[in-house]
Amino acid sequence: MSAVVPAAARSAGRRAPQSRLEAVAGTAFALPAAILILAVLIVPLMVLAVLSFTDYRLGAVGMKAVGLDNYAALFADGVFRRSLTNTFLYVAIVLPVSVFGALFIAILVQARARTRSFYEVVYFLPVTSTLVAMATVWQFMLHPALGPVGTLSVDLGFGRVDLLNDPDLALLALAAIGVWQVIGFNMVLFMAGLSVIPRDLYEAAALDRAGGAVDRFLTVTWPMLGPTTMFVTITSSITAFKVFDTVVVLTRGGPLGSTETLLYVLYLEGFQYFRIGYAAAMTMVLLAFLVALSVLQAFALDRKVHYQ
Amino acid sequence: MRARGLVLPLASHAVLATGAVVMLAPFLWMLLTSIRPPAEVFGTVFRLWPDNFWGAENYWHALTVGRLPRTMLNGAIVCAGILVVQLLVCIPAAYALAKLEFGFNRLLFGLVLVGLCIPIQVPALPLYIALAEAKLLDTYFALMAPFFLSVFGIFLFRQFFRGYPSEIIQAARLDGMREFEIVWRIVLPSARPAIAAFSVFSVVAHWNDLYWPLIVVTSGDLATPPLGILAFRDTETGGNYGALMAGAAIVTAPMVLAFLAARRTFLRGITMTGLK
Repeated sequence: MSAVVPAAARSAGRRAPQSRLEAVAGTAFALPAAILILAVLIVPLMVLAVLSFTDYRLGAVGMKAVGLDNYAALFADGVFRRSLTNTFLYVAIVLPVSVFGALFIAILVQARARTRSFYEVVYFLPVTSTLVAMATVWQFMLHPALGPVGTLSVDLGFGRVDLLNDPDLALLALAAIGVWQVIGFNMVLFMAGLSVIPRDLYEAAALDRAGGAVDRFLTVTWPMLGPTTMFVTITSSITAFKVFDTVVVLTRGGPLGSTETLLYVLYLEGFQYFRIGYAAAMTMVLLAFLVALSVLQAFALDRKVHYQ
Repeated sequence: MRARGLVLPLASHAVLATGAVVMLAPFLWMLLTSIRPPAEVFGTVFRLWPDNFWGAENYWHALTVGRLPRTMLNGAIVCAGILVVQLLVCIPAAYALAKLEFGFNRLLFGLVLVGLCIPIQVPALPLYIALAEAKLLDTYFALMAPFFLSVFGIFLFRQFFRGYPSEIIQAARLDGMREFEIVWRIVLPSARPAIAAFSVFSVVAHWNDLYWPLIVVTSGDLATPPLGILAFRDTETGGNYGALMAGAAIVTAPMVLAFLAARRTFLRGITMTGLK
């Protein structure tokens, strides 16, 4: 569509110089980005893939090809397998709570008139705050003797619980913090989705039947929010999949490895033990998961286009 | 019917208010503890508001012992450096991708789309090795370099420029304006909202980032705010929680205050990923 007018304008014998000018300007404008994308993304990706088939360690004089040994060792490695399990468990807790919780809150907040922006700010606050700093606050909050959560748990009759030092509960505690951090983000996305649902759909639904809140939700809101829900779900899984900051600040993988997550183990292998070849193979596995999620996301966006 | 009309809003308020208390609890606890003397932090009797105001001592301790001003200066330098280069690289490239025909237009856009699904953790190993070989670890450059290119920025601005009327650009060309002038004087001013939103997105992400700074920085002089808080906590093993909470408040304050001041821009900037 945009090409129609320029084409007409160019027909006055200016076509050749204009297209050459465009090519020159375009190349000049895009060149820095092209060079950088090669330097920080494409070349490192290729190097990473190559490294994953070697026994390279940082500081080593030489390296040799080891074929698929790193990958074989990876899937035989108890720590790596446990980190995968922990990461999926973490995602499995954070995902439903942060998506459906956010949807529920978004619907409630959307219906408020005067307090709407107040709640929007309150729920969004953790998203903008520095997670490492807030994690130290959570550590103090969850302190069995000094924190309010400990006091509350005693008052409620659960006794003293030390969530972060309990192998059965530590991952759950991290997941709760993960939900706290991301739910406002999801809420804002859902509110954007809710605001574009045409009002007459609700009126039509009200004419069709009695139109209780649940009916309205099931016949109008939920189907119309489909693409948004899909998108929020995938974005949240990617975020949850990359859990790292809270592990570093609060548990360092403990107690008893119960909070070792994929990124944390990768960080240790690559940048603490410097087993580069092994860590490269681990990164390739991470990449495979992320690409799979992104392909899903592309499908979701595609559907969004068709809906509108 | 009347009863239901009253019950529903009340229940809704109750749920939202309870949730709000949970969301705000860490912030309140942080601020209340930051003005509490150690004796009351460890005291057996729990009082919400401290008997003795200890804010000056705690904040002074956090600012001097924790070296937080230095980390925040580092954070500001790193965020500003990253943002300036990102804008300088992204905007012309995005304009070219949106409005100009040139040899590798399609190829570059394909690479941008690939880049969108690759977080820093993936190229981190090779980038680290390269920086180590070049003896550039533990520098501002190492902190900034991987983020000079924002594929997300290119994607975002390209979408924005595509919506810009080509007729105006063509008219400017017929007036004899060069492409560089067109970008600088015509297209760029119209992109201000997109630039503001992207800036928020970029600065918040890099101010709060832990992974990359943790890898490339070893000296305290270059620590960014998250590293500063980590180091401060580890030196305060005696449990000076008041000062630690003061430190957390200081580090979180810039982003939170900026959010409260420019709420719309923040919401748009941070949730932009969802609206592309």
